[in-house]
Amino acid sequence: MNIFWEQVGSGLVTGGIYASVALALVMIYQATHQVNFAQGEMAMFSTYIAWSMIHAGLPYWVAFVLTVLISFVGGVVIERVIIRPVENAPVLSVVVVFIGLLVIFNSLAGWIYTYTIKSFPSPFPSQPLFGFRYVSPHGIGAIGVTLVVLVLLYAFFRFTPLGLAMRAAAQNPASARLVGIRVGWMLALGWGLAAAVGAVAGMMVAPIVYLDPNMMSGVLLYAFAAALLGGIDSPGGAVLGGFIVGVLENLVGAYVIGNDLKLSLALVLIVGVLIVKPAGLFGKTLVTRV
Amino acid sequence: MSYKKLLTPAAVAIGLALSAAPALAAKHYGPGVTDTEIKIGQTMPYSGPASAYGQIGKAEAAYFKMINEEGGINGRKIDLKSMDDGYSPPKTVEQTRKLVEQDNVLFMFGSLGTPTNVSVHKYLNAKKVPQLFLATGATMWGDPKHFPWTMGWQPSYQQEARIYAADILKNHPHAKIGVLYQNDDYGKDYLKGLVDGLGAKAKTMIVKEVSYETSEPTVDSQIVSLKGSGADVFVNITTPKFAAQAIRQAYDIGWHPIQYLNNVSNSTGAVLKPAGLEKAKGVISTAYIKDASDKEWDNDPDMVHFKEWMKKYMPNDDPANNFNPYGYTVAQTLVHVLKACGNDLTRANIMKQAAHIKNLELPMLLPGIKINTSPSDYYPLGQLQLERFDGQNWALYGPIMGK
Amino acid sequence: MDANTTAIATRARFLNARLAGWVALAVLSCALPFVISSYHTFQVTMVLVYAIALLGLNMLTGYNGQISLGHGAFYALGAYTAAILMNSLNVPYWATLPASAGVCLVAGFLFGLPALRLEGLYLALATFALGVTMPPLLKYKALDAVTGGVQGIVIIKPDPPFGLPVNQDQWLYFFTLVIAIVLFLLARNLLHGRVGRALIAIRDQPIAAEAMGVNSAIYKSLTFGVSAMYTGIAGALGAIAVQFVAPDSFDIFLSISFLVGSVIGGISSIAGAVFGGAFIVFIPNIASQISKAAPWAIYGVFLIGFMYLMPGGVVAFLRIALAWATRRFRK
Repeated sequence: MNIFWEQVGSGLVTGGIYASVALALVMIYQATHQVNFAQGEMAMFSTYIAWSMIHAGLPYWVAFVLTVLISFVGGVVIERVIIRPVENAPVLSVVVVFIGLLVIFNSLAGWIYTYTIKSFPSPFPSQPLFGFRYVSPHGIGAIGVTLVVLVLLYAFFRFTPLGLAMRAAAQNPASARLVGIRVGWMLALGWGLAAAVGAVAGMMVAPIVYLDPNMMSGVLLYAFAAALLGGIDSPGGAVLGGFIVGVLENLVGAYVIGNDLKLSLALVLIVGVLIVKPAGLFGKTLVTRV
Repeated sequence: MSYKKLLTPAAVAIGLALSAAPALAAKHYGPGVTDTEIKIGQTMPYSGPASAYGQIGKAEAAYFKMINEEGGINGRKIDLKSMDDGYSPPKTVEQTRKLVEQDNVLFMFGSLGTPTNVSVHKYLNAKKVPQLFLATGATMWGDPKHFPWTMGWQPSYQQEARIYAADILKNHPHAKIGVLYQNDDYGKDYLKGLVDGLGAKAKTMIVKEVSYETSEPTVDSQIVSLKGSGADVFVNITTPKFAAQAIRQAYDIGWHPIQYLNNVSNSTGAVLKPAGLEKAKGVISTAYIKDASDKEWDNDPDMVHFKEWMKKYMPNDDPANNFNPYGYTVAQTLVHVLKACGNDLTRANIMKQAAHIKNLELPMLLPGIKINTSPSDYYPLGQLQLERFDGQNWALYGPIMGK
Repeated sequence: MDANTTAIATRARFLNARLAGWVALAVLSCALPFVISSYHTFQVTMVLVYAIALLGLNMLTGYNGQISLGHGAFYALGAYTAAILMNSLNVPYWATLPASAGVCLVAGFLFGLPALRLEGLYLALATFALGVTMPPLLKYKALDAVTGGVQGIVIIKPDPPFGLPVNQDQWLYFFTLVIAIVLFLLARNLLHGRVGRALIAIRDQPIAAEAMGVNSAIYKSLTFGVSAMYTGIAGALGAIAVQFVAPDSFDIFLSISFLVGSVIGGISSIAGAVFGGAFIVFIPNIASQISKAAPWAIYGVFLIGFMYLMPGGVVAFLRIALAWATRRFRK
């Protein structure tokens, strides 16, 4: 029975990874109605920036805050400079631009930092708290950080005027402009926030999986699945989706079908859920006017 | 005696000798060879999931740069055309065909991967192009009877796994073995070697085999499964990133089996340090190349020379990454073969010289390990030594095993 | 001359120009393998193979609006069907094409049925899942005996029949060219007729289409099937050309390359598939030549650059350029 709980615990930790990246994906979606396929690579690149700072001697929290700020600015810049020219292009063309960004970040990271894995420090204590062995202290810390970010984002979107403006700009740009919202900058802000959330995700993930240019490639699929499972317009759903995917994958792999096919089965289950509930567990079903 | 009478015959003799001299130093060139250059081809995964291995190509290129700066081999510079195939066999086929048919390289050198090399195996042998010193430990490459133009280099994965199996049978005959392996040709080749080495006892001793894909973020769940199986011996067949994760996770969840780690991932600096040196204490592996992050070799003149070479030619790279001394040593093996060819740089002679290496000792190989080939033995390296990690360094022990 | 005759003359001139263009293209394609090297012939064959694959994707995503991030899976299915038939059952290479087509038609249709419930992003995820699932499935231990496992299957290249005086690469090129022409003509007939209009209607105004009597469910599932069939045939041809199949050749990056190629060529066009195929084959090589250190960064720059210049794809860009040119020179 012990092993079962250890699998669940390990699943919660990987689930936390998926949840944090899923959160960034949902963020961008809420702000721009686009799914940013380059999210994982941007997070990885931000983590490398943090690593360089720590390697140069800066204390962890200084590097953490600086990286979040740099990533925020970077996200804004990318939106204004790279995404803006294709704002009105067909959806798939924008997707190709995202894929281009993905490939650029991955390649640059490999070129600048090489492919040798690097350790990334954890700000959390290394001894298990209260002897709780099922989830490592960093794992608990990372999950905690994800939940804090989730709450902050929820509060931002729900209770602040800026958050409302961003949601309006994404849902109905034309009307938003009419009421004086600068839609272009709202989009840029959305990208900046998503990049910042991604950077936090990356820095929480790296101590678990080790930092290398391909750190996030596997995570993106799971994060995407988690975000859709929870409902692409629900940040809370994305986080819950992440944990569900993480635990499900582990349990399926350990008890049902073995590691070879656990990914396939997990995805089949998720798609099955989506067929039953096409908008995800917590998503809003869109009613279109005929 | 009139010396004048000897003058004419002497003159004729000297004249004959002088006209024969160029014929003696006759040059035989295959494609891609001139008086000043030898063109060779290579495919490496510089992108995609296996991009970590691209480091090998980088190290080899840096070594040849040094050789070229020192004047080349017999006055010829080495032009290594290393192409990215992203570890995708269709791309390997395309790039290899380009190198052979368009760039007219003399031979293919050190290409990486098993499926990638399989995809061009028949083609290169049909075209009689040497497929030399492949960067893969698959056992299938040493088959001179059917594929006389293909030769591997490193000790095969199966041989290494059999050494672990023998060690387990000898020292832990009642062990319950748990295996973690990468779900591809490399991992499965090791697993086969382990199973073959355990013989009849494999079925009873191996209690759990779990695999992972390189696209997975962590192997933590697999380690938990292995712990749950009750295994007390852990055979860890993983690439560096996952090896570090496995070693750390096993320790953190309180599972302390006797661990055998494959030598692809036993670098102290690149794998054990990130995992946590104290967590890797007691891990057993094998070696045939000196580990640059191991203090044992700090004062070894060959190691000092290697580190200086890295500083000069690969300043942004980490000597602790095992792929660097690997690439360095393969490149040196090739230089030895090319030197032995002299001016006869045909494809046939390249293979001939490669198949006649006798007791070649290279600076970064462990003392006592030699490269040997013959027309019936296409396994240049077949020796390994066991080593155990003491929490700081690897301590070699036991005899040098293998041929 | 009066207005009518002028109009007829202009139209005749235009049709003559088009005919001349097609004839020139035909002559060029037949002469090509004899003027370029074997290796380049092989590359052009691969362009044709990918063009067929992309045509399948264009049908589904461009004309019918069902996004697929997993077409690599159908390509793999076609490739493995051909490889297994040739290797284990000694089926001649040309007979594997109908087999691959059949298998993928059924597989695509079966996938399309539950996918009916999914829209947009959710369909993208489902197809993404399909694409990601393929390599582990192909490596599955229990199927090793059939699929060759991680070692893959080596295929023998076919020889030209009837002792024709061409080499293997040239023969394969012509074989692929003929298949490509047939498939393209078929697609053109399909998509420029009633079926095509129904697909576009379903894409743009699904509810109105249903109201007008278009059986959305059948059309969408069948389109999935036909689209998979095209990509499956391409997979079989590709396997024969490369002479090797292995599970990790068909990873998610292949599916993503297909999507990228389609969009760059022009996703709602038939000719776009050829441009897309050329992009997939040649641009990575060009990127490597530009930068040894970070070639994929250059590839990414190419992607973004193409989308800036030609958001509608190469074909849309060429149409605009052609219209601009004809307007200028009409004066």
